[in-house]
Amino acid sequence: MPASPDRTALLVELQAALSADAVLRSAEDLRPYECDGLSVLRELPLCVVLPTDREGVQAVLQICQRHGVAVVPRGAGTGLSGGARPIRDAVLLSLARLHHIIAIDRENRTARVQPGVRNLAISEAARPLGLYYAPDPSSQIACSIGGNVAENSGGVHCLKYGLTVHNLLELDVLTATGETLRIGSQALDSPGYDLLALMTGSEGLLGVVTECTVRLLPVPEHVLVLLAAFSSVEAAAESVSAIIAAGIIPAGLEMMDRLAIEAAEDFVHAGYPRDAAAILLCELDGPAVELEELVREVETLLQRYGARAIRIAEDAATRLLLWKGRKAAFPAVGRLAPDYYCMDGTIPRQRLAEVLGRITAWSAEYGLRVANVFHAGDGNLHPLILYDANAEGQLHAAEEFGRRILELCVAVGGSVTGEHGVGVEKLDSMCVQFNAAELAQLHRIKHAFDPEGRLNPGKAVPSLHRCAELGAMHVHHGQLPFPELERF
Amino acid sequence: MCIMASCLSPNWSVFDIDQSQTLQMAVQVDHARSQPLAIRGGGSKTFYGRQTPACDLLDLGGHRGIIDYAPNELFITLRAGTSLQALEAQLAEAGQMLPFEPPHFGPAATIGGTLACGFSGPSRPYAGSARDTVLGMRILNGQGEILRFGGQVMKNVAGYDVSRLMVGALGTLGVLLEVSLKVLPRPDSTVTLVRPMDPVTAVQRMNHWAGQPLPLSATAYDGEHLYIRLSGTGSAVRAAQTRLGGERLPDAEAAAFWVTLREQRHVFFQGDAPLWRLAVAPATPPLPLGDQILIEWGGGQRWLRGARDATALRQLAAEHGGHATLFRGGDRRGEVFHPLTPPLLAMQQRLKAAFDRRAILNSGRLYATL
Repeated sequence: MPASPDRTALLVELQAALSADAVLRSAEDLRPYECDGLSVLRELPLCVVLPTDREGVQAVLQICQRHGVAVVPRGAGTGLSGGARPIRDAVLLSLARLHHIIAIDRENRTARVQPGVRNLAISEAARPLGLYYAPDPSSQIACSIGGNVAENSGGVHCLKYGLTVHNLLELDVLTATGETLRIGSQALDSPGYDLLALMTGSEGLLGVVTECTVRLLPVPEHVLVLLAAFSSVEAAAESVSAIIAAGIIPAGLEMMDRLAIEAAEDFVHAGYPRDAAAILLCELDGPAVELEELVREVETLLQRYGARAIRIAEDAATRLLLWKGRKAAFPAVGRLAPDYYCMDGTIPRQRLAEVLGRITAWSAEYGLRVANVFHAGDGNLHPLILYDANAEGQLHAAEEFGRRILELCVAVGGSVTGEHGVGVEKLDSMCVQFNAAELAQLHRIKHAFDPEGRLNPGKAVPSLHRCAELGAMHVHHGQLPFPELERF
Repeated sequence: MCIMASCLSPNWSVFDIDQSQTLQMAVQVDHARSQPLAIRGGGSKTFYGRQTPACDLLDLGGHRGIIDYAPNELFITLRAGTSLQALEAQLAEAGQMLPFEPPHFGPAATIGGTLACGFSGPSRPYAGSARDTVLGMRILNGQGEILRFGGQVMKNVAGYDVSRLMVGALGTLGVLLEVSLKVLPRPDSTVTLVRPMDPVTAVQRMNHWAGQPLPLSATAYDGEHLYIRLSGTGSAVRAAQTRLGGERLPDAEAAAFWVTLREQRHVFFQGDAPLWRLAVAPATPPLPLGDQILIEWGGGQRWLRGARDATALRQLAAEHGGHATLFRGGDRRGEVFHPLTPPLLAMQQRLKAAFDRRAILNSGRLYATL
């Protein structure tokens, strides 16, 4: 990436290629784009461009190619790892104005949409046909499908219905050089390498999605939610294993610990039992006759593992109330302290009690409280570390605490990120999960798509140099030898 | 070079063995001499892909064994040379199964070969594909480096999804050493219904039903009859059975029907005539290709027999959102898979080079230039 692009010529060309209001350059106009959902990291981009169609996106990429300028793609900006964080010398490419649902194909049960279409809007449009789009990240009201592809977003139902990668059929992609690739097909597979899998979750480093076809599923006939209270997290975790061992795949399985329960209850009054050490929310869906059987079976299992109070919500209003506490868990915990740091590790469920035990011990060591929210069905743990950025040393302590949690996730056989992505936030943790040969392989993949490294540079895959420095850091007992490096 | 195959007979040992180091050495040696390698699991799928010149054999058949199986966590980790039969038997013992119901095409089939080919069986449209099942892999790239991507957990978005990229790559990007797969409980109840039907109605019905909340687990149309398999809890299957109607096949006959179809032992597949596979948008009406046709996957997979004009067939498949593969037989020295657009082919060539700079791994098996 050249150090000082010819900014004026670049802006003139971008303005000529797009409409007048599609290139933002004043600091005031750029401000709303200075960060994504990871608001600690802020930077103003060189400019923001807002094309309205594929040709506009292509023009932007070609102009940036000619000027040797980097491009940071951005969907709705709801990502939590800084994947859409601007870079000072790069153009921020917003896909927000490509927001049309192009077609819904009832017979083939697919939706063809532009990348800026909101996740929930797809399901809303398909609903009259009795269909919906299954992946439902918690930000689904705002997040866009292009961002979902970039992050391989999941949601609370992914144990049964999969992630974005399991629900995609075809992508139209523009590479860093503005070349068009059609990846996947309208059939269930496509010839050659599975680039659909490779593009999904590539965090905007391999290409820019300009259109995608997603698979739609029939809306389940019936849904119900069970809420169970436990006096220990171990018992709650064991009951989850028992449900799965019984051959039941719930549509959703969520666990919250005591601090998360209290925070949620104070915030939305969902009727959660405040004295429980853990609660489990179990959603079942399917034909009514099947649910009648399953709910009895699940209830019996929960009781066997010590569930104290079980509530069953069959009507939509009660179901929504039970889910409300879980869905409001992050903002609810946010009220307990000036700041919180949301972690996103995955672990095999059987290691949950051990991992939570270590987190509790570290919590005491650092003097920072932690609330835990757990997608129990798929092993995705979200410890929320509470801190006060204005208190001396707390931000640093929270970051170090967080890094140790992620290292523990890797050590027990999990991953440093289940669904939030690496972005810039987890670059250091990637050095723990992958060795130099693996990182080099990831860089070679990037190079195959983007030889000049101009698409979302510096994100998702750390340089070997960075990891080497981090290795040095560990040798020095946690004293940061490279203060100029980003530490988050 | 005598690394694997010539030294060890396939039944050399009943014990599980980790041959990662030996396999790594073999790849490193051939990388150093730029010597092409042909990767072989059980040898049950040698019919598939392009015919390539004879070269060194890298035999994965001895690299077998289940490493970690946690039924309650719904995953299994195993060496790629483990036989598919052994794997499925192990899962069945715990009341579980591979969701994608893979074809074996022979008793020696391995899980590595199955994933390298990307083969999925009758349940594919309803339970996901071979690729969908993959959670993580350990591979050898063309330089002989052992690399691990993904893991044993459902959700993992750290780094590019290299392990799913390996599925269907026919070993041209890496040698699969270990794989972690998502497994699922076996359904309590399975019922197969059969109804006489014309082809147009059959395709319509399969797609109409797929849009309803029904416990479908397989569909097929043999030119005269529509076969519908329902799987789930007893009550859900009974309710769907009443709703869909049709004659219920006796269980043993039904099970045999789906295995016969999956393994291509159905009468349709007999004889030496070339076998074409068309993957199209499922609701595509019956195509004007004669009556030698078998439809699976809710209309998404269509089999065709006989010598055909490849160009015309591929154009037809593309018009319906898909692609055509010369699956068995015919001229296998030319391209057997659907031609890629020039930018897509160029991208895949760069990707091949990113994994296998000297093009030693199964080169030419997928496309002449990959």
